[in-house]
Amino acid sequence: MVSISAESARHPEYSTDLHGSLEEQHGPVIALTGVSFSYPDGRRALDNVNLVVRAREKVALVGPNGAGKSTLLLHLNGILRGRGAVAIMGNELGDGNLGLVRSQVGMVFQHPDDQLFSPTVFEDVAFGPLHMNLDDDEVHRRVSWALAQVGMEGFENRMPHHLSLGEKKRIAIATVLAMQPAILALDEPSGELDPRARRGLIRLLGSLPQTMLVATHDMRLVDELLPRTVVLDGGRVVADGPTQSILSDTVLLDRHGLEPP
Amino acid sequence: MTHIPVLDRYREGNSLIHRLDPRVKLILTLAFIVAVTALPPGAWSSYLLCLLPVLVAVGLAGLNPVLVLRRSLVAIPFTLAALTLVFTKEGTAVATIELARWSVSATYEGIVAFVTILVKAWLSVLTATVLVSTTPFSDLVAALRTLRIPKVIVSVVSFMYRYVFVIGEEALRLHRAREARSANPTGSAGGSLLWRSRVLGGMIGSLFLRSYERSERIYAAMLSRGFDGNIRAMRMGALGLSDSLIIAASLAYLLAMLLLSHVQRAG
Repeated sequence: MVSISAESARHPEYSTDLHGSLEEQHGPVIALTGVSFSYPDGRRALDNVNLVVRAREKVALVGPNGAGKSTLLLHLNGILRGRGAVAIMGNELGDGNLGLVRSQVGMVFQHPDDQLFSPTVFEDVAFGPLHMNLDDDEVHRRVSWALAQVGMEGFENRMPHHLSLGEKKRIAIATVLAMQPAILALDEPSGELDPRARRGLIRLLGSLPQTMLVATHDMRLVDELLPRTVVLDGGRVVADGPTQSILSDTVLLDRHGLEPP
Repeated sequence: MTHIPVLDRYREGNSLIHRLDPRVKLILTLAFIVAVTALPPGAWSSYLLCLLPVLVAVGLAGLNPVLVLRRSLVAIPFTLAALTLVFTKEGTAVATIELARWSVSATYEGIVAFVTILVKAWLSVLTATVLVSTTPFSDLVAALRTLRIPKVIVSVVSFMYRYVFVIGEEALRLHRAREARSANPTGSAGGSLLWRSRVLGGMIGSLFLRSYERSERIYAAMLSRGFDGNIRAMRMGALGLSDSLIIAASLAYLLAMLLLSHVQRAG
């Protein structure tokens, strides 16, 4: 693992950029107001969700299967759009700014085989920067930088199907880091990983400066990494507060099918 | 982790052939196949002249000739469809088969036509085998893209290559799950043919549904990274002088061979 401070020293222009964009954001970076969403089959996945996340907050999104965690994440960059308002970095999400919002919200999907769809690692990490219309030199720089951030230097020419799940998860994170988003939305980042890969991933997530919203069942990850927890059940926010007080409320956890770490 | 080896034909190497620009290799392979197809039937010496550069390439690339030969034979069964030519083409009969009141004759011209198809198909597949053995698939995709092949087609090829492994592994897991549940206390495993075919139908349906759902998730992942319907890719640098010379020399060789064989035939 490459530590973030060494990397920041090597690429000062990126870290200042990133911190600059985080610094100037005073209002909430994520604001969901009365968001409701039903799938075409009529199943109601989100029911009047209100959520405000400020810059550099690291927030856990927990709840039983089918609580609406993934559906909520997909609302952050307009992949799904229900009723209510979603504002990212102060801009209300609409048809005109989907491109901008998608470059600000780095969405890391649960299964890296869905996220890594190119023949090589390089092309996958370059996909986001290329679609931001950056020039080829900048794309190359972004790819090297993003792979270094996740400790996967030298993997550029590897094919995704030759990688381990842990490697795929790291590279999936690199594919969005290359776009230098202010927000990271991660769905089950530690799922299915063996203990060593999971430990490395937690360390990696802890080293990233972005505002983070993490949907997960991994309560130990929540405990270690994410100071604030939002409990979702049946599409509603049923609790929102400091992780320590939520994790110690065994009645609440039990009622929503969760376990303390 | 289970891996299926299909399609993974690239062999790591650092030979002249490996280092050649993928666009040059692709253009030469396509030109070669067109030239071979355009050769007149029965131009045996020209076929040898075609084989020669391919063998040189195999040697230069340090490929295992036996392996290349085995892979080049994959298309041969398809050419058997042309076997009827032996009996249907008009010409001098060389053998006649009598079947009761019915007789068919193999003609000399028919045999020449059939063997020509066989040789041409084999030469074409042999060349393509050398191409994919010495060029990483991602380079081929990039080459296709710069050679102005429609982007949609290139993307389909690229996705197919990426996901054939994923879907193949899914199929393998489904197959294992079936095997695991097809035990029979009397000793034989496998279940009845009817049962197995019913399960197979279910497996195909399930694979289709899984692939369909996966495609939606992949599309969401693409949208999340700014995909707007336009496929963008890095540009490859311009071809160098030596690349252009190699293409020019090879095209001249193929053209000369074509002219020669047609003149010979006319004469």
